[in-house]
Amino acid sequence: MAKGADIELVAVTKRYGAVTAVDGIALRIPAGTYCCLLGPSGCGKTSTLRMIAGHETVTEGDILLGAENITDLPPARRGTAMMFQSYALFPHLSCTDNVAFSLKMRGVPKAERRARAAEMLARVEMTAYADRLPAQLSGGQQQRVALARALITDPSVLLLDEPLSALDPFLRVRMREELKALQTRLGISFVHVTHSQDEAMALADLVVVMNHGRIEQAAPPREVFNHPASAFVARFIGGHNVIALAGGLPIPAPPGGARHVAVRADRMMLARPGAAELPLSGTVRSVEYLGATVAVGLAVEGLEPLSAVLPEAAFFADPVHPGEAVSLGWKPEDMHAIA
Amino acid sequence: MKGRVAALALASPLALILLAFLLVPIGTIVVVSFFDYDSVRMFPAFVWTNYEELLLSPITWKTYLQTLWFAAVTWAICLAIGFTVAYFLAFHVHSALMQTVLFLICTIPFWTSNVIRMISWIPFLGRNGILNSALLSMGAIDRPLEFLLFSDFAVVLAYVHLYALFMVVPIFNSMVRIDRSLVEAARDAGASEWQVLRNVIIPLARPGIAIGSILVVAVVMGDFVTVRLMSGGQSASVGLMMVNAMSLLQYPAAAANAVVLLVVVLLMIAAMLRVVDIRKEL
Repeated sequence: MAKGADIELVAVTKRYGAVTAVDGIALRIPAGTYCCLLGPSGCGKTSTLRMIAGHETVTEGDILLGAENITDLPPARRGTAMMFQSYALFPHLSCTDNVAFSLKMRGVPKAERRARAAEMLARVEMTAYADRLPAQLSGGQQQRVALARALITDPSVLLLDEPLSALDPFLRVRMREELKALQTRLGISFVHVTHSQDEAMALADLVVVMNHGRIEQAAPPREVFNHPASAFVARFIGGHNVIALAGGLPIPAPPGGARHVAVRADRMMLARPGAAELPLSGTVRSVEYLGATVAVGLAVEGLEPLSAVLPEAAFFADPVHPGEAVSLGWKPEDMHAIA
Repeated sequence: MKGRVAALALASPLALILLAFLLVPIGTIVVVSFFDYDSVRMFPAFVWTNYEELLLSPITWKTYLQTLWFAAVTWAICLAIGFTVAYFLAFHVHSALMQTVLFLICTIPFWTSNVIRMISWIPFLGRNGILNSALLSMGAIDRPLEFLLFSDFAVVLAYVHLYALFMVVPIFNSMVRIDRSLVEAARDAGASEWQVLRNVIIPLARPGIAIGSILVVAVVMGDFVTVRLMSGGQSASVGLMMVNAMSLLQYPAAAANAVVLLVVVLLMIAAMLRVVDIRKEL
């Protein structure tokens, strides 16, 4: 396998006519990193990936891979390989021929390219299906063939465009594990575009949260979850209550004059009115039993809807019901100021 | 049982139409091809003489070869033009509106009858026609080009003009269904434009190519008007043979020829379908 190399985006901008899809982003992805580009649709994550792949021209800025500026190189000469959304396997070619495609394009003799494709298929455990057409494979099998096809070029970076979105939920979790295991084994960087925060949290060494063509936060998943850099990040990754500090709330203001605070839903404290010294009072909107935890939806006058996630046992020790009044609060150290 | 009756009832209109307008006429032609005839009428009979006379005549073989030659040349040119136009429309015109507009422009010739379209070539290509006069006055030639009209060239030109669109439509239809990410995946794997065309687009456009080929070959094999008008009587076709036989009231002879032509065309189509599976396109 090729040695890993750092990817560096320097003030990369992509404009489509008057629309700015990616707005001067700077990002460094160290070699051997599993990086997830996370964001809602239209946030510029796919454009960013396609620019790294060379399927989209860069309007301004540079993309470096290792020591080389690859901004204007054609896709196949960058040392990257792309796995497309819904895989884009050639429907008229067998698995072997799909995997061997790039070798054929380079003029590798038939016997050699078939042998190398067979080796690659063995690596993704698809040897038994070598002669099948893509239409005869399940979604997970197609993904493995697509991976083999991308990896046969020995890329130093693998780019994955929503690789799990075509799969059903069970398979999605399994293929997610396979992707992570593969990345660990190969030791190259994976750059994975997704709009699912679960997927990003589960896979990534580096989560890059994007919105409106800009990077909101680029950090390891634990840091993103515990210290979201903005209200957008806190809302998008979920599991947080974002509370606007608009006058008169009986909660202590954090230092630094922040306008929002974020509190993890699982750090919310809930009690019967008057039973504990909690500063806010509200009403239970909904109760969702989630197995290990119970999510309680709360309405507090003057605030957007909040939620509290309680351990199952703690909730059922004194269950609340929709419509009941509760008091709520959190420890000061669980409150996190955001811009 | 009720579902079966309903299914049969739903299928019956088409079945009746096919029976009345396809199977019965073909059956009639097959029956008549065995009839005997003299110079004024035909008699019900079962004789092989119509087929004998047809198949043992060198003129028949020559005419079939001539027709096959027209079909082959027309097919090759229509394929080249049709593929190129369809490729341009499908891959180089990016707005759907522009695709529709250009597509409609391709169909403009079909807004007039094909006889008029053919006849309009005559003043253009004739000895004193527009093309010859223009070339003469430009000094490009010093006497009129004779091969332009009433020649095999004119016949093939008219065929291509008439039927190139039959090739464009199905190939375009196949091409617009090709997922654009396949082209990107091929480029990602290092394919040049030419390699993308050969390894991805042509294989995936094959059903459209097959359907267009069947349409073009079938109409050219059965044509007689174009050959009569554009060759000025100097070339023959199988269709023209049949028309001539009918004008002499030799209906059984024409019927026998029709049966032979039908078999030949069906064999050609069967051969094409062996190469390409068009089922997924229908």
